[in-house]
Amino acid sequence: MRRAVLILVPYLWLLALFLVPFIIVLKISLSDIALAIPPYTPTLDLSEGWAGIKAFFGALDFENFWFLTTDDLYWKAYLSSVQIAIIATLLTLLVGYPIAYGMANAPDHWRPTLMLLVILPFWTSFLIRVYSWMGILSNEGYLNQFLLWTGLISEPLTILNTPIAVYIGIVYTYLPFMILPIYAALERMDGSLLEAAEDLGCSRLSAFWLVTIPLSRNGIIAGCFLVFIPTIGEFVIPSLLGGSQTLMIGKVLWEEFFNNRDWPVASAVAVILLLILIIPIILFQRNEQKNREADG
Amino acid sequence: MPEKIFEPWNDPDAKPLIQFKGVTKRFGDFTAIDNQTFDIYEREFFALLGPSGCGKTTMMRMLAGFEKPTEGTILLAGQDMAPIPPNKRAVNMMFQSYALFPHLSVWENIAFGLKRDGRPKDEIAARVSEMLKLTRLEKFAKRKPHQISGGQRQRVALARSLAKAPKLLLLDEPLGALDAKLRQATQFELMDIQEKTGTTFVIVTHDQEEAMTVASRVAVMDDGKIVQADTPARIYESPNSVYVADFIGDVTIIEGTARRSGDGYEISHTEGLPALYAVSDAQLSDGQRVFLAIRPEKVEITADKPENKRNALRGKIIDIAYLGNISTYHVALPSGQIVKAQTANTRRLSRRSFTWEDEVWLSWTDTAAVLLEH
Repeated sequence: MRRAVLILVPYLWLLALFLVPFIIVLKISLSDIALAIPPYTPTLDLSEGWAGIKAFFGALDFENFWFLTTDDLYWKAYLSSVQIAIIATLLTLLVGYPIAYGMANAPDHWRPTLMLLVILPFWTSFLIRVYSWMGILSNEGYLNQFLLWTGLISEPLTILNTPIAVYIGIVYTYLPFMILPIYAALERMDGSLLEAAEDLGCSRLSAFWLVTIPLSRNGIIAGCFLVFIPTIGEFVIPSLLGGSQTLMIGKVLWEEFFNNRDWPVASAVAVILLLILIIPIILFQRNEQKNREADG
Repeated sequence: MPEKIFEPWNDPDAKPLIQFKGVTKRFGDFTAIDNQTFDIYEREFFALLGPSGCGKTTMMRMLAGFEKPTEGTILLAGQDMAPIPPNKRAVNMMFQSYALFPHLSVWENIAFGLKRDGRPKDEIAARVSEMLKLTRLEKFAKRKPHQISGGQRQRVALARSLAKAPKLLLLDEPLGALDAKLRQATQFELMDIQEKTGTTFVIVTHDQEEAMTVASRVAVMDDGKIVQADTPARIYESPNSVYVADFIGDVTIIEGTARRSGDGYEISHTEGLPALYAVSDAQLSDGQRVFLAIRPEKVEITADKPENKRNALRGKIIDIAYLGNISTYHVALPSGQIVKAQTANTRRLSRRSFTWEDEVWLSWTDTAAVLLEH
């Protein structure tokens, strides 16, 4: 009985904060646009009893989903989001792994400080941090000023409003999510394993490939999912740093919602995005499950 | 024809496999190994025995190549080891934590070193199955390390370190993680495998019983120095110092002054009591301070004063340690000195002859005790 109550708490939480909002969004995606408040029809009117409920369900259709297939903007935006997310995830891994490795091999008394430094950016608003990147990357920004001053370039580089700025923004923002799981995996590793590998004939480098990398595999996978999943739907970074060149589904969604006030189409975009994300989320869950089983 | 006794350390023509020549290792101000020179011979089972922090692990890590001596040289088969990195040495190590690769199966763990040598596939397979058979692990080849028991893991670690047929195998507290029964069984298994493979083994341990059981020679270490290196029997029967006598087994130490008499010395220890006598070839000056070491099992305990024994002391039983097969009596002399005496419990407990507070006589023969200078 007590166990049932304990299990009920997270399920109620999920029901209230995930399933109910999802059903509302799904319902809107099946509705039609209307000049009203809220800007769609039909709305459920329970005062008319059964007839009202019947009419309500009768008015729902998949028109908006059909519409998404007619305009190539949408599938291009989905595809480009996935592509940007994959590249950004790999870049984050490339930057994050050496940092995590360095932290795990740092002297014991340094580690809490290094950990704090990784988490420190979270103490300021995400929006402010992305805005400051605009100040750094723009044509008159600090980066260009510095490069011009050193004489490395004679003309300012155009970085802001290009995909490069988006990658920089994503790598910067999501780096801690990559570092922390990899660090956790590396820190747990028994140092004598590397000595054993060396003793059995490995060079330092091959010991790294044959022992360190496979043993941090779970951390790498967890980190990649933690970066990939939120990046696909990312809206703030592409709209602030990517300009009009960068096509990402998060931005399309925002424009449908606020510029066109087309809630039903925006909801349809969101539902499809969720369906795309469910695949990596399930894979992530399975990986975590497998880790728990291996540990236990 | 009688089998030749294996003791190359007594053969002046034997060539040692490993030679430590004036080896010193310092970590900052701390001297872990202090100017040590000794030899280890081929096919030997050599034990480094000592309390934690005595430098035995440092000694082993220098052999493996993980540490470099600060001064002096280590030779393996006549060749200086210093410039050779661990991955190029014909030396393998079995780690205390076993250090099995958790992401690889038992088979892959054993094959790991062979694959690094780039040997042909069928040769690797043959060698691995040979190792699996030697350590009786055939059934577990496909399992991961976390799916087998501690004893099996220990055998995987042994198989992995033996797979490359090293000239020298180092074992760092190999049995520390096993329970007492399994440890005993494994000790005999280790000796068996050492004999079968003909590999030279160097084992590091703090367990004197383990060292005595498996080793052909035991080196007792203290504070970065080897105090005595000899066969288990000689270490036990003729220790060269109080430290060694005390570290190996149980012993009573009686302090006194020596005076030459016949084949040995008379030792006066307490005023008013007759001097004790011990046969010894030690060269001592009269009146020199000495220590008499007596093993408890060599002390006889009787109710009446024994006849014709020069070494006889009277005391009171203050403690009895009953171990099932034997009992150790702690007998206090009038001076307060405790002497331990051990008897085999050949009778049932209810018929024991002595109990607490009994006045008894302790005696031993002229050759039972060892005279030590320090």
